[in-house]
Amino acid sequence: MLRYIAKRLLHMIPMLILISIVSFAIIQLPPGSYLHTKMAELRASGDQISMDQIEALRIHYSLDQPAHIQYINWIKGIITEGNFGFSFEWNRPVKHLIWERLALSLVVSVSSLLLSWVVAFPIAIYSALKKHTFADYFLTFVGFLGLSTPNFMLALILMYVSSVYFGFSVGGLFSPAYLMAPWSLAKVIDLLKHLWVPMVVIGTSGTAGLIRVLRNNLLDELGKPYVVAARSKGIGIARLTFKYPVRIALIPFISTVGWQLPQMISGEAVTATVLSLPTAAPLLLGALRSQDMYLAGSFLLLLSSLTMIGTLISDILLVLVDPRIRYE
Amino acid sequence: MKVGVLMDKMDQDHILEVQDLTVKFLMDEGTVHAVNGVSFVVPAGKSVGIVGESGCGKTVSSYSITQLLPKSARLTGRILFRERDGQVTNITNLTPDGKEMRRIRGKEIAMIFQEPMSSLSPVHTICNQLSEAMLQFQGMTKRQARTRAVELLQLVGIPYAERRVDEYPFQLSGGMRQRVMIAMALSRNPRVLIADEPTTALDVTLQAQVLRLIQDMQNEFNLSLVLITHDLGVVAHMVDHVCIMYMGQIVESGPVKEIYDDPKHPYTKGLMNSIPKLRGRRGERVVPISGSVPSAYAVQTGCPFCERCPERSKRCTQGIPQRVKIGSEHYVCCHLYQSGKEEQDVINA
Repeated sequence: MLRYIAKRLLHMIPMLILISIVSFAIIQLPPGSYLHTKMAELRASGDQISMDQIEALRIHYSLDQPAHIQYINWIKGIITEGNFGFSFEWNRPVKHLIWERLALSLVVSVSSLLLSWVVAFPIAIYSALKKHTFADYFLTFVGFLGLSTPNFMLALILMYVSSVYFGFSVGGLFSPAYLMAPWSLAKVIDLLKHLWVPMVVIGTSGTAGLIRVLRNNLLDELGKPYVVAARSKGIGIARLTFKYPVRIALIPFISTVGWQLPQMISGEAVTATVLSLPTAAPLLLGALRSQDMYLAGSFLLLLSSLTMIGTLISDILLVLVDPRIRYE
Repeated sequence: MKVGVLMDKMDQDHILEVQDLTVKFLMDEGTVHAVNGVSFVVPAGKSVGIVGESGCGKTVSSYSITQLLPKSARLTGRILFRERDGQVTNITNLTPDGKEMRRIRGKEIAMIFQEPMSSLSPVHTICNQLSEAMLQFQGMTKRQARTRAVELLQLVGIPYAERRVDEYPFQLSGGMRQRVMIAMALSRNPRVLIADEPTTALDVTLQAQVLRLIQDMQNEFNLSLVLITHDLGVVAHMVDHVCIMYMGQIVESGPVKEIYDDPKHPYTKGLMNSIPKLRGRRGERVVPISGSVPSAYAVQTGCPFCERCPERSKRCTQGIPQRVKIGSEHYVCCHLYQSGKEEQDVINA
């Protein structure tokens, strides 16, 4: 087991190098650079800037060097001092901008994921056991309702309802009083108070899909001979259902954890913008728009790393729950 | 008129009696008549073979005995089981997954299935699956159940049982898995063992071994055996009594020697002729039964075999033949042997 993990970790190194190159290449791809955007902005506001000034800025941001030197410097900074470069737009080091945002994104994503599981699993199991009954159809209908409602729509409705009928604002993740405050227990409680809206909004979109997949997995498993064999031993239906088919039907979900996390982080962009959440997605969107290359590149790199870590975690879990994988 | 207590009478020597069993499946496409009035008895400690082509209803009949059929099945008739204290239980009166039915499955009537590959959970150890019923019905501790599991694996001839017990089913070969299934059946100390095509999924070389094992276990544990198979050769060596099934009916039944030496029903004769003979004359051909099994959706008005029968006559299409006694324990359902006076035997049978 330890050897397996070590092997997987070693495999991650070349993958990470490749990803960092691709991330850097992607942010270099669009024509122009942050300077062009900046110049266009200055011109639009009527300021005249001389070629000297532009040249000074170019040198200041190291944009005069060839791309591979820029890349090497960027990576060197990350590895040696955890320095992800400088955000042109925010005029601050990237590392000061991203960690809290990523952490909050993780909190929102993980809690949404958990919510969708908590809702989807019992519904799917119930639906599969009572297939083709009224309850099954009704729950399927509700699930599709959740799937087809656009996230921003649900976000707006929830915001409207909670501010008009319950009288509190639910935008963002913090009350204004805690926005700039350092972390404390009170701030965490405040976070929890705001968290449920994005949890519900993001969680519902995935729930219907989960219900369908698990219901169908379980229906497949319920017809397998080992279920009949277990019944023939005299084991009660409820007990054997959870011990055998449900357990086996859940295995595919563990393998999805890996890519579900980063998908949720990037997928929440619209919701996060509508709810003005201080999470990673809106910042990444802004950075890509203004060609704030180091900020955007760092995000891409970290999100990819997160995918890889997630995949590793789900693979380890898979090995734990499915002995067939262990012995290959 | 049918009084439960009176009707549930069965012969003292019999452990299991299936009386006029019918099973229908209500499907979207129509009703499938899988079993149409099947009756047979299993004397205690004896073995009965049920032989027929695929789809003839033999598996459905065996699943009926332990009520393992899917919910779409509709069952009539009676399945009487003699308990250890001599009481008779009509299994068809029990709720399929209720407490009483589970007691019978867990302690009295064990089954071995056709596919050892998929009849074991892939993600639980042999020990876990083997000790499940012992923990539930025999009040054993985990340690006791484990010890017993190892003993059982040794008994069914699995080498290195001590180590194998902690392995997973996919680490065993098909033959080994079927041995585990047999051990699992024995773990309940049952009195009846139903083996549903136990060797169909196995290599020919393993078939003989597994069959011998079943036979040994039958002798050792004094089991009553119901062996379901499509292979007449298997039955010849294994059972005392044989029932030939066709289209959900038992067309002929009797002691195994009588059926082999003197088959009466044209279908049984056809089955005999379609077995390749090892000592047959050179150039002698295997004679197949012409035609194929008619649709199970069709409602029968005549003899179910008449379309394929080489000896058919006009009356075969007009009415289902009754069961006729032609030997002390030999019965046949065929118009060839039908006459007025045998009606009496039908009622007694």
